[in-house]
Amino acid sequence: MNTRLFIPCDAGAVAVGADDVAAAFQAAALARGVTLDIVRNGSRGLYWLEPMVELDTAEGRVAYGPVAAEDVPALLDAMLAGELHSLLVGPTEDIPWLKRQTRLTFARCGVVDPRSLDDYRVHGGYRGLERALALGAEAIIEEVVQSGLRGRGGAGFPTGVKWRTVAAAAASQKYIICNADEGDSGTFADRMILEGDPFVMIEGMTISGIAVGATRGYLYIRSEYPHAVAAMETAIQTARASGYLGRRIAGSAYDFDMEVRVGAGAYVCGEETALLESLEGRRGVVRAKPPLPAHKGLFGQPTVINNAISLATVPWILAEGAAAYRDFGMGRSRGTMPIQIAGNVKHGGLFEVAFGVTLGELVDEIGGGTASGRPVRAVQVGGPLGAYFPRALFDTPFDYEAFAGKDGLIGHGGIVVFDDTVDMARQARFAMEFCALESCGKCTPCRIGSTRGVETVDRIIRGDEREKNLVVLEDLCHTMKFGSLCALGGFTPYPVMSALHHFAEDFGVTPPVREAAR
Amino acid sequence: MNSYEPWSAARAAEIIAANVGCEGPALPILHAIQAAFGFVPEAVEPMIADALNLSRAEVHGVVTFYHDFRRKPAGRHVLKLCRAEACQSMGGERLAARAEAALGISLGETTADGRVTLEPIYCLGLCATAPSAMLDGRVVARLDEARLDRLVAEAQR
Repeated sequence: MNTRLFIPCDAGAVAVGADDVAAAFQAAALARGVTLDIVRNGSRGLYWLEPMVELDTAEGRVAYGPVAAEDVPALLDAMLAGELHSLLVGPTEDIPWLKRQTRLTFARCGVVDPRSLDDYRVHGGYRGLERALALGAEAIIEEVVQSGLRGRGGAGFPTGVKWRTVAAAAASQKYIICNADEGDSGTFADRMILEGDPFVMIEGMTISGIAVGATRGYLYIRSEYPHAVAAMETAIQTARASGYLGRRIAGSAYDFDMEVRVGAGAYVCGEETALLESLEGRRGVVRAKPPLPAHKGLFGQPTVINNAISLATVPWILAEGAAAYRDFGMGRSRGTMPIQIAGNVKHGGLFEVAFGVTLGELVDEIGGGTASGRPVRAVQVGGPLGAYFPRALFDTPFDYEAFAGKDGLIGHGGIVVFDDTVDMARQARFAMEFCALESCGKCTPCRIGSTRGVETVDRIIRGDEREKNLVVLEDLCHTMKFGSLCALGGFTPYPVMSALHHFAEDFGVTPPVREAAR
Repeated sequence: MNSYEPWSAARAAEIIAANVGCEGPALPILHAIQAAFGFVPEAVEPMIADALNLSRAEVHGVVTFYHDFRRKPAGRHVLKLCRAEACQSMGGERLAARAEAALGISLGETTADGRVTLEPIYCLGLCATAPSAMLDGRVVARLDEARLDRLVAEAQR
């Protein structure tokens, strides 16, 4: 039997040399006259170990990492001789960081060959569709409602309720849109699943289509993710050739087909109505709601628009049942969340876990503190529109409502860790600057407010009428929060105000004034 | 290095015709035009407007809204440095300043010899291996000064 190796083709692994490592293994094998069977899998999400190479053994897969191309000749010798090597991490499934997770949505990511439909099926793929077909449209929706699944893009709206609205709408054409415009810094869950388990996206969208009576789907992927675009294009072709897309899918009475659409570098297109405009070929300008996309969405037709992770979770829910999913989590946050631990962190990566884990556990225990070795000072949760949390709030459990209660949000589940060298006034300035750069321009609070915000933070940093400008900044944030049309302008105040409230000293404000600023 | 076709109205017409049949064809057409010519020439705007029954202003509005679409050709190499928060937390700002100094240009500019365009990008989704960059479509992460210098040198070749 050939020696079988797994070397990720995930962009995060490729960016740190996985392609070079794969080539080095081929070259070393050739030199030794052995044949290697190299599978380019997705990433398991343990990014500090990437490129992580796994060797298939009789006792299961064994991980080595981080592997550099120059390590390969000696590593291959050790593998072939059955000897230990310094890069050996151990049996993959026993790595504590992985073992501690509850991988439902990401169960197959990093395990299977993303190009292989057979591998997908062997690992439980299309069992959700099978049960969905047996249940029928109404029961599928009921199952998703009962699971408690909420939108993983950040809004947290119940996915099943959205589907019910679209199912109830009468129209000759309905659409399923998967929002994979993952623009938040610190997030990469969509990218990982699109690259590492692309068929689950197809299965999730297909089930959604059957449930609401939609026959066409669009998967909107940001242009910054070329690897994900390529992986999905390939998977869609394979699924179509195997009868899983097109007419009478999997031998059923249902038709469903889908295609990839690529964004063009506009952050605001992650907002669902701007995404619709973009798909229709216009500027990504936010639409006023109502009408809801569920009633008048793409080309004015009833449209399901869900985040990639929401849709990727649907096959598991259908296969295992709503109750099995609902059993995980806390409060109104049911199931698991793929949390992305990033930035200045020792053990960064994707950690899927039931809701309820605290921020402190995520940063200190799981993340292992900073990569720089300095103390953790601030953590931004939920992307560029998410609040900065100080250590004092590390007891906050990962839960939609708990974060909202602390003037924050979980967003798409990204956590960016900063050490004590961070200047929080500059981070507040950046939040306004980013909003100004990406504002679609439709509403005044966002378009003008963001630019005035940069100027005001600059005056505060310079010490130019500081007290007066702090009042202006507070007032401006209030206007943006309550007057903006969408979350871009509406949520930019979160990082700004949290930076000011929790780290007032960086704004030249002494602690007593900090309370007054609140 | 990026290599593109010289502008040809006939070729542009072909690209438009190949994409015009799909739903919402504007972005697919613009992406295909840029993939062929390296930018979206102004001359193509009236052609797209005509094919999609839009005004030229509408097409111009779409082209200028999206950061991806270039109004003029980029340098032979395009180096994009991530400037978002996760990369900031790992010293991305300092590396960007270093790249600007090495190339003698600011982010968003092209070197006088036309070799390198340096651009900011807001997140490549490589946030657990920050700071990251993209050179002509190739992703690179865990950047430090030495790796950045090699990347800049490669871009200057």
